[in-house]
Amino acid sequence: MADGAKTGTVGTPGTPRVLVVWCPDWPVAAVEGAGTDGRPVAVTVGGRILACSEVARAAGVRQGQRLKLAQRLCPALELRDRDPEAETRRFEPVAAAVEAFTPRVEVLRPGLCAIPVKGPGRYFGGEEALASKVRTAVAAALAGEWATGSAHPGHPADGAHPADADPAGLDHPSGPRAEAPHAQVGVADGLFAAVLAARAGVLVPAGRTAEFLAPYPVAALGDEVSAELLDRLGLPTVGAFAALPAEAVADRFGPAGTAAHRLARGLQPRPPVPREEGPDLSVEQRFDPPEPLAEPLVFVARPLAERLHERLAGAGLTCGRVAVEVVCADGRTASRLWRHEGRLSATALAERVRWQLQAWQSTGAFDAPGEGRDGAPEGAHDAGFTALRLVPDGLAPDQGWQLALWGQAVVDDRVERAVARVQAVLGHAGLRRIEPAGGRGPGEQAVRVPWGEPHEPGAPVDAPWPGRLRDVWPAVVYRAPVPVAVVDADGRPVTVDGRAGVSARPSTVVVRGRELLVDGWTGPWPAVEYWWDQSLARRRARFQVASADGRALLLTVEGGEWFMEAGYD
Amino acid sequence: MAAGDRGLLPVPPALGAVLPEGGLRRGTAVSVGGGDAGLLLALAAGVGEAEGGWVAAVGLPDLGLAAAAGYGLDLRRLLVADDPGPHWAEVVSVLAGAVELVMLRPDGPVAPSAAARLAAVLRRSGCVLLVAGPWPGAVLRVGVRSGRWFGLGDGHGQLTGRQVEVVAEGRGSAVRGRAARLWLPDERGEVRAVTGTSGLDGPDGPDEMHEVHGMGEAVTPGAGVGLERMAVV
Repeated sequence: MADGAKTGTVGTPGTPRVLVVWCPDWPVAAVEGAGTDGRPVAVTVGGRILACSEVARAAGVRQGQRLKLAQRLCPALELRDRDPEAETRRFEPVAAAVEAFTPRVEVLRPGLCAIPVKGPGRYFGGEEALASKVRTAVAAALAGEWATGSAHPGHPADGAHPADADPAGLDHPSGPRAEAPHAQVGVADGLFAAVLAARAGVLVPAGRTAEFLAPYPVAALGDEVSAELLDRLGLPTVGAFAALPAEAVADRFGPAGTAAHRLARGLQPRPPVPREEGPDLSVEQRFDPPEPLAEPLVFVARPLAERLHERLAGAGLTCGRVAVEVVCADGRTASRLWRHEGRLSATALAERVRWQLQAWQSTGAFDAPGEGRDGAPEGAHDAGFTALRLVPDGLAPDQGWQLALWGQAVVDDRVERAVARVQAVLGHAGLRRIEPAGGRGPGEQAVRVPWGEPHEPGAPVDAPWPGRLRDVWPAVVYRAPVPVAVVDADGRPVTVDGRAGVSARPSTVVVRGRELLVDGWTGPWPAVEYWWDQSLARRRARFQVASADGRALLLTVEGGEWFMEAGYD
Repeated sequence: MAAGDRGLLPVPPALGAVLPEGGLRRGTAVSVGGGDAGLLLALAAGVGEAEGGWVAAVGLPDLGLAAAAGYGLDLRRLLVADDPGPHWAEVVSVLAGAVELVMLRPDGPVAPSAAARLAAVLRRSGCVLLVAGPWPGAVLRVGVRSGRWFGLGDGHGQLTGRQVEVVAEGRGSAVRGRAARLWLPDERGEVRAVTGTSGLDGPDGPDEMHEVHGMGEAVTPGAGVGLERMAVV
């Protein structure tokens, strides 16, 4: 499908072609039953503008703007609260109309849905023909929804399918003038580019997606890389970012940057991972006896979503899409695929399930078979729901899976986002995590590995390490051992011979010009490593030294030179 | 771990006895005077055990990871930014939103304005900032006074533990400083209260030192127990 998780698309050199249907300003359209009619209208959420009508936009109102600023720019602005349920309900006829072309409709959010071009494109006589047919069907569905929906908000289609009501809707002579919102269709390689193509209303020819994307500002790539940072680096456009070598991007920005870079080049954000037969991770709640109302389904949506999350986490996977499926007592099923960007939290997933159930309910999808046609509500008992199922689709390895190698630490999104932001500032290697390692020295017990990179231990962790230091570990381990001088009571350098004999009792250690009086000492502990390999062989001896001022040091002597390896703070 | 309430980040019990509130107040900055690495690690060790939260170390490339694990820090949930350079404040404010506690050694002196900006970030996120060294606006200053290592003789023995006097003084509720004698670390690498009336107040002369050295030689494993007994005498 859109991100090539299906094995069929893996072998093709390009990215799968995707068709996207976009209804502009959908949050506004959904709450305005009769159309905006040239009035400035905006939908707000949390004190900011979520969407606005054409007229409001002409006055300078923008998405994300603060309410106060928007009202100053456009004093006549009418404000509406966001209504996600209405958005989903009124989009349902559109999704249904698109579903007539292929069952694989993915709803990205209400107002935006996508289908793969591959199958239906061939069947309907090419991309252009498909696009124009989809455009016509969607326009008809919207007109139908608005003809009926505006007259009776919340009670669409008295038995008639919205699409069937199309001719009546187009020349509806009476009542409030229902100005149906329009929809745009776009086709490109990959979902990301197809969404932008739909916004522009163009069909991007196969293989020319990178060219199409090039003039867009880097901010179009979303949150994966900091647009501000790229701008500072002199990469204002997607094209300029795409021109960077992939290795350089990976070094600097890590996995998230690589994904954005692939998008910029018109590729899939992550290379498709063929999965032959994935484990069945779907979760299901059965209802026995059948549940006649939709509300209890909404109620179980949240624990079900949490269960799905746990199962995915347990398998080390994430999913790009979730199908919401409902089974009725009479054997009918309804299913809708929801796609999402990034990781979908259990809460967000439960919310989508709720929207979808309410949309189906209000469009009459689950009315008893006889009810719609005959008006006889005798089927009320047969028409209950027997199951709600969530089926993950587009499975991909979880980016944070490496941590599972050492225990089962689960990386939550908060940490991953913070890591990505720090790596954008300090470079990919600027933020590291810890992996256990094997070795004798205090600095060899654990290694720092750049976040997002797998670690292959060079030496076994649990192997016996003769000469390994005991349980009291130094709290300070110097990255580079600090050269020191060790002298005896007469001021002569202390030496160690081949038989681990010490020339004299160490009395003073000189560290960076400071003299520390030796209060107690022990050693030498020889540590000959890799004696079988001349190039790696090291012949060292370690001393522990306590100084009169309450500190303790780990000293190493190698080839006659003394170093401070660690400090016991 | 001590202190279960939401406003406090727990610390190992022995340290909780020194801190005025028994734990680290969330959303505040704590200065570890002298930057004693052992004390820094021991203060951070309570995070993982109680709630599985994350810890970050910024600008502390020399932190002994094995010692950190000994104090009880969960290395799987540790993020290290060794060389943040001049970006340390930016890095801390990003990480504060994701981790329970940040250990920090700033790159150079800290301007009060930069500390105030970070203080606002901490208050919002509830993250605790443990600074190795001074910090303008720290609500709590913790330090190590008069430490001494045990276990080494004259050419023999092995380090078995350090006895220190930990001092904490804060603002407001804890103007008066508190102090306690602790093993930091004890022979198992953990932090533990020094039991008995023993410790550094006792006769602190060369004689005792000699005896201690002698003990280190006589009982090498578990020498810590013997040392305590010695100190009482």
